[in-house]
Amino acid sequence: MAKSSSSDAQALIRSLRSAYAATPTNLKIIDLYVVYAITTAVIQIVYMGIVGSFPFNSFLSGILSCVGTAVLAVCLRIQVNKENKEFKDLSPERAFADFVLCNLVLHLVIMNFLG
Amino acid sequence: MAPDHGSFGLGALICALMLICPAASIRPISDAHRSAALELFVPVDGLFPSLEETYHALRTFLILGVGETSEINRATCPVVLEKLKSPSSSPKGFYDALRVNSILGCQIGSETLEDVASQLRDLIKGADSLMDFYYSVIGLLHVKGQGVSAVLSDAQGVFHSIKALSQSDGRWRFDSNNAESSTHAAGIALEALAGVVSLADGEVDQSKIGIVKHDIVKLFDSIKSYDDGTLYFHEKHIDGSEYEGPLATTASVVRGVASFAAVVSGKLNIPGDKIFGIAKFLLTIGVPGISKDFFNQIDSLSYIENNRISIPLILSLPSTVLSLTTKDQLKVEVTTVFGSAAPPLTVNLVQTSTSEVKNTPTVENQELQFDQENNIHYLDIVPLKIDIGKYTLKFEISLHDPENLNIYATGGRMQYLVFLTGYVKVDNPQIGVLDTDGESSASLVKLDFSKLDKVSLVANHLQKMRLSFQLVTPLGHTFKPHQVYIKLRHEGRVEHIFQLESSARQYKIQLDFLALLEQIYYLSGRYEIELAIGDAAMENSFLHILGHIDLTLPDPPEKVSRPPPQSVDRYSRFGPKQEILHIFRTPEKRPPKELSFTFLGFTLLPLGGFLIGLLTLGVNLKGFPSSSLPALSSILFHAGIAATLLLYGLFWLKFDLFTTLKLLGLLGVFLVFTGHRTLSYLASTSTKTKTN
Repeated sequence: MAKSSSSDAQALIRSLRSAYAATPTNLKIIDLYVVYAITTAVIQIVYMGIVGSFPFNSFLSGILSCVGTAVLAVCLRIQVNKENKEFKDLSPERAFADFVLCNLVLHLVIMNFLG
Repeated sequence: MAPDHGSFGLGALICALMLICPAASIRPISDAHRSAALELFVPVDGLFPSLEETYHALRTFLILGVGETSEINRATCPVVLEKLKSPSSSPKGFYDALRVNSILGCQIGSETLEDVASQLRDLIKGADSLMDFYYSVIGLLHVKGQGVSAVLSDAQGVFHSIKALSQSDGRWRFDSNNAESSTHAAGIALEALAGVVSLADGEVDQSKIGIVKHDIVKLFDSIKSYDDGTLYFHEKHIDGSEYEGPLATTASVVRGVASFAAVVSGKLNIPGDKIFGIAKFLLTIGVPGISKDFFNQIDSLSYIENNRISIPLILSLPSTVLSLTTKDQLKVEVTTVFGSAAPPLTVNLVQTSTSEVKNTPTVENQELQFDQENNIHYLDIVPLKIDIGKYTLKFEISLHDPENLNIYATGGRMQYLVFLTGYVKVDNPQIGVLDTDGESSASLVKLDFSKLDKVSLVANHLQKMRLSFQLVTPLGHTFKPHQVYIKLRHEGRVEHIFQLESSARQYKIQLDFLALLEQIYYLSGRYEIELAIGDAAMENSFLHILGHIDLTLPDPPEKVSRPPPQSVDRYSRFGPKQEILHIFRTPEKRPPKELSFTFLGFTLLPLGGFLIGLLTLGVNLKGFPSSSLPALSSILFHAGIAATLLLYGLFWLKFDLFTTLKLLGLLGVFLVFTGHRTLSYLASTSTKTKTN
C-alpha cells in the first residue's frame, strides 16, 4: 500500500512537471516572480521571529509589500493567460499597465507606512 | 497736558479721600507748605521754563513769605524786558511779562511801559474773545501798578463787551462763536470786569454792576459739594483736550469773585457758608505735589484770606489722639486759612458721640478755655469722665463781637474724629483644665501678668482647657477690644488661633480637645499658650506667653490630614525646589547591527534567485522595439519606472508626502504618456504577428 502511494505521488509530480513545462514562458516568469516575493516575505517573518516585532509598522510594511506584489502578479497571470475565456478581450499590454500602476500605488503606501 | 491730567488725578484722589474719612481734620497753611513750595518751585540758573511758571513760583513765594528771589530777578528780568520791547508780542505775552514784573520790580523805562500801555489799549479796542480782553485789561492794570498812568477811555464799552459773553446761568463763553459756556471762563471774566472798573476814568454804570452781582449769585448756585461739606466748582461740559480740574476751576472763580467784590461798593449776596466750604475744599487738598495745583491752592486761599465777602475761620485739632494716662488736654486752634489770628471768640464742644461703649455719658455743651499766649482753646478731659474709645466731637464757634458775623464765616457745626486712649487692666484672669463633667474649679489657677510666671498644665483629649478674665478701662467699665485671641503653638511649629467669646462681664474660652482633635491634627506634645489683646484705644496692647500645656491625644486614624509643612526659614520658599524625576518609557531592545545586516543580505538572495531563474527560462530582450521612436518610448518608460522607485527611496529617506506626491504626479503623467506609446506599439506589433 505505501509503496503504491509513494509511486502514485511520484507519478503525480512527474505529470505536474511535464504539464508545467508546457506553460508559456511569460507565465513562468510571472510564477517565478511570485515565488521570489513569497520567499522574501518568509525571510522577513523568520527575522521577526528572531528579533521581535518592535517597529511593528515596518514589519507589516515589508510583509504586505511582498504579499501585495505577489497578489498583483497572480492577477496579472490570470489576465494574461490565454486559456482564460473571461479575459479574452483584455489585451496583455493593458493588464501589464494595470499591474505596473497598482504596484506603484502599493509601493507608495508601503514607503509611507515604513517609517 | 500733563498738569491737566495731574489735576484730574488730584481731583479723583481728593474724591476718594473724602469718601474714606468723612470727619477728617483740616489744618491751615503751615510750614509744611512753605518747605514744599521751596522743593516744588526750583529754578534752573534763576530761570523757570516759562514766564507763566515764573509768575506761579514768585506769587507762591510772596504769599508764603519764603524763597530767595535775587537770582531769579537777575536771570528773568532780561527775558521780561525783551518780551515787553518786542513788537510782535501777543496779549498773553504782555500779560505774562507784566505780572512777573509786578513782583520782581525790574528796571523798565517808563517809555517802554507807556508804549506797552498804548499797545494794550489798541488790543482792547480790537479784542473780541474773552481771553484777549482778559490779558489786555489785566496787563494794563499791572502797568498802572508800576506807576505809569493807564486809563481806559471806553470803560463802559469794554464792560459791555465782556458782559455780552455771559450766559443766563452765571457762566461765561470764551468767545461769541463758541456756544458752550464754562465756569472757568466766568472766573476770568469777573477778574477782567474788576480790572475794567479799576481802570475806568469815571463811574461804571451801577445797574450793570448790579446785573453782574446777580450773575455771581447765580454762579454760586451751581456749586457742587462732597459728603463732608466741602464745596467746589466744576465744569458742566468737560472737553477732553481742555480739561481743567475742580481745583483750577474753583481757583479761577475765587479769584474773579474776590477781585470783583474788592472793587465794587456794596456787598455781594453770597452766604459765608459757601466761602467756608470752598476754603475747606482748598485746605483738605493738603500739600499738592504739582506746581500748578500748588499755585492755584495758595493763590486762591490768599484771595479768600482777605476777601470782602466773608473770611472763613478754620478750626483745627493739632492732635487727634489724647491719652487719659498722661492726662492730655483737648486742644483746638481757630485761625484764618493762613494761620493768622482770629477775632475774639469762644469754642463750644457741643456734643461727643461714640458708637462703642454705651454706658458712658456723652458730654454736652462744654465751653473751651482760651490760652492767650499760645492762641489755643483747651479743655481738660479727665474731669469729664469720658472713657477710652473713638469719639466724634462736634464744635461750634461763637464770635464775641456781633459785627464780626458780617466779616467772618465760622462754618457752623464741625465734627472731628478723636481717639481717647488709656491703660486697660486685666482683672481676675483664670486658667485651668476641666474634666468632661465640666466642673473642677479646684485646678483653676489665677494668673498674674505682672509677675511673668508661666503655668504648666496637663490634659488629655477628654478634658477641656478654660481661660477667663475681665478687661477694665481706667474708669472702671468693661472694655471690649478689637482683638482678643489665644494661640496654641505645638513645639514651635504648628499654630492654632482661637477667638475668645465675650459675655456681658468677662471674656472666656473653653477649648474642648475632643472636638478639636482633627483641627490640631492629633498632635500630642507640648503646646505653648499665648494670649493677644489689642485695640486702637488701648495703650498697653500685649502678647503674653501664659505658659504651656502638655496634651496627650490618641493616635490619628488613617484618613486624618497631615499638618501643613512649616517652613523653617521665612525665605526658604524662594530657594530651589525639589528636583522632579521624570519617568520615561524604557526604550525597546533592538537587535545587534550584525544580525540586521545579515538578514538584509538574506532578503536580497531571493532577488538573485529570481534573476538566475529568469536566465534559466531563457528570457531574452528580442521583443524590445528596434525602430527609434518606440525604442525611445520604451527606454523612457523603463527610466520613468526606475525614477519612481528612486523617488520612493528618497521619500523614505528624507522627503515628506507632499513633495513626493508632487513629483509623483509629474512622473506619473510622464509614465502614462510613454507607457501608452510603448504598450500600444507592442500591442499593434503583436496583433500584426497574430494576423500574419
